[in-house]
Amino acid sequence: MSEIPADLKYTKNHEWVKLDADGNVLMGITDHAQDLLGDMVYVEPPEVGNEVEAEDVCAVVESVKAASDVYSPVSGEIIEANETLADTPELVNNDPYGEGWIMRLKPADSLEVEHLMDADAYTAHVASEDH
Amino acid sequence: MPFIPHTDEDIQQMLDVIGVSSVEDLFDEIPASLRNDSLKTVPTQATEMEVSRIMHARAAQDGQPLCFMGAGAYDHHVPSAVWELTTRGEFYTAYTPYQAEASQGTLQLLYEYQTMMASLNGLDVSNASLYDGASALAEAVLMAVRANRKSRSKRILMPRTVHPNYRKTVETIVSKQDITLELIDYDRESGAIDASSLPAEPGDFAALVIPQPNFFGVLEDVDALTDWAHQHKALVIGVVNPIALAILKPPGEWGTDGADIACGEGQPLGIPMSSGGPYYGFMCCKQAYVRQMPGRIIGRTVDLEGKPGFTLTLQAREQHIRRSKATSNICTNQGLMITATTIHMSLLGARGLENVALNCHANTQKLVQKLSDLQGVDTVFKNPVFHESVIKISAPLQEVMSALHAQDLLPGFALQDDYPELENCLLVCATETRTDEDIATYVNHMERILGKH
Repeated sequence: MSEIPADLKYTKNHEWVKLDADGNVLMGITDHAQDLLGDMVYVEPPEVGNEVEAEDVCAVVESVKAASDVYSPVSGEIIEANETLADTPELVNNDPYGEGWIMRLKPADSLEVEHLMDADAYTAHVASEDH
Repeated sequence: MPFIPHTDEDIQQMLDVIGVSSVEDLFDEIPASLRNDSLKTVPTQATEMEVSRIMHARAAQDGQPLCFMGAGAYDHHVPSAVWELTTRGEFYTAYTPYQAEASQGTLQLLYEYQTMMASLNGLDVSNASLYDGASALAEAVLMAVRANRKSRSKRILMPRTVHPNYRKTVETIVSKQDITLELIDYDRESGAIDASSLPAEPGDFAALVIPQPNFFGVLEDVDALTDWAHQHKALVIGVVNPIALAILKPPGEWGTDGADIACGEGQPLGIPMSSGGPYYGFMCCKQAYVRQMPGRIIGRTVDLEGKPGFTLTLQAREQHIRRSKATSNICTNQGLMITATTIHMSLLGARGLENVALNCHANTQKLVQKLSDLQGVDTVFKNPVFHESVIKISAPLQEVMSALHAQDLLPGFALQDDYPELENCLLVCATETRTDEDIATYVNHMERILGKH
């Protein structure tokens, strides 16, 4: 069973979102997602400064098995990308909710974050996809 | 055992699942006028001897005219060793093998090819070839739209000096993906794009295509054009003749930062002219864009015992992994053609290639000089050219060309259909295979024919 921290929000595309005190959000892919994808070999970083809509493709994670798009969980501006992933993509596997974060966004509307799934809903979502 | 394992029951079952009554119904969206039901003029069977006779007769119809036509395919000398080696059993396959790593020799050859092409283009990486020059440009356009992360524009600036057939092919492939091609005109005197006439505020665009030499053989101001595009956050796609790269600045060194992608037609490197194909397209790019590059890429690595070996690499770009989001779903690469190219370039070496380029250029200069000395023939553009040039004839061009065809001579490519402003203009080329005698033959016939007008 993969780890699903209770204090985060989630998307159906298996991204986690953390709302910071300053109103910005940090996001990455979930433990479940990294487990399905396998060992990461490359992360194509998002372009800082781009304005994105929710569900826009903004990065790509590439593993030994597959390449998968990373979608923006909310609308807003990409203000930071995790540059360390360029040389150490395995951080996404080893610490998906910590050092393996993918990008920081300035949401256009913080209410959008509220509407994402909570840990219980995401747990149910993962269970439903397993069938 | 049948090659197709599906039984009639299997097929019926599959049709039932998708709710279609017959296999034929799957094709009903293709208009009847485009369907080719049967090959009415082809006999159902013929013996080898009969086929052989037909083929010899057809080949004889082509003849062997004295060729002064370039326009995208060039009559170069190919040493006989090239195809003697290429068609050996060890190499003789049209594709990269499906069990790729089992064929280390093939992979090594492809790797050598990539190394040569990357070096010729002055760029970091090359793929293992694409279908042809025109489709390589279309792929480069799609790649630039994906790779340009500073712009979301799907607008591509396409000079009119790019080969007209390439422009048509690109239009066909990219227009259904909402990519727009915006034409840039050329300067009527120089025959090249006037870099100083480009707008200071062109608006958002994904990439600028730069042909070198351009379709008229004229050299474009690649440095100024490259810097201009980069200033506006667009990528630069060079469409180049590989022979020209032996003596001209490679795309990777254009302007301050170099072109981002280079592509072109590989036929001049060891592939004979043959009714339009098979030829092959090449493509190189900067390391930063390699993950957006289409096509197979061979890498060098070491095995578990530390021994060097070759392998397909960066396969997550490709359709067997990325499906509809693959960098390309045209999987063709021209394995056999680039085998010939690799052997051809190995035999020529850098200096040999340079000599080919210099001799072609000298021959074309000689031809153009002698033709334009004639009454009724003038050169058209004043900028420098590489091994191809435009001349204007004072008589109706079609009549003159017919008269030259009657002398078993291909005088060049008539530009009028693609460039209405270039009435009675002819694109001529004399490669290293044309002798002084050949050139004199052309000039004498031209003088005689024009004398009658």
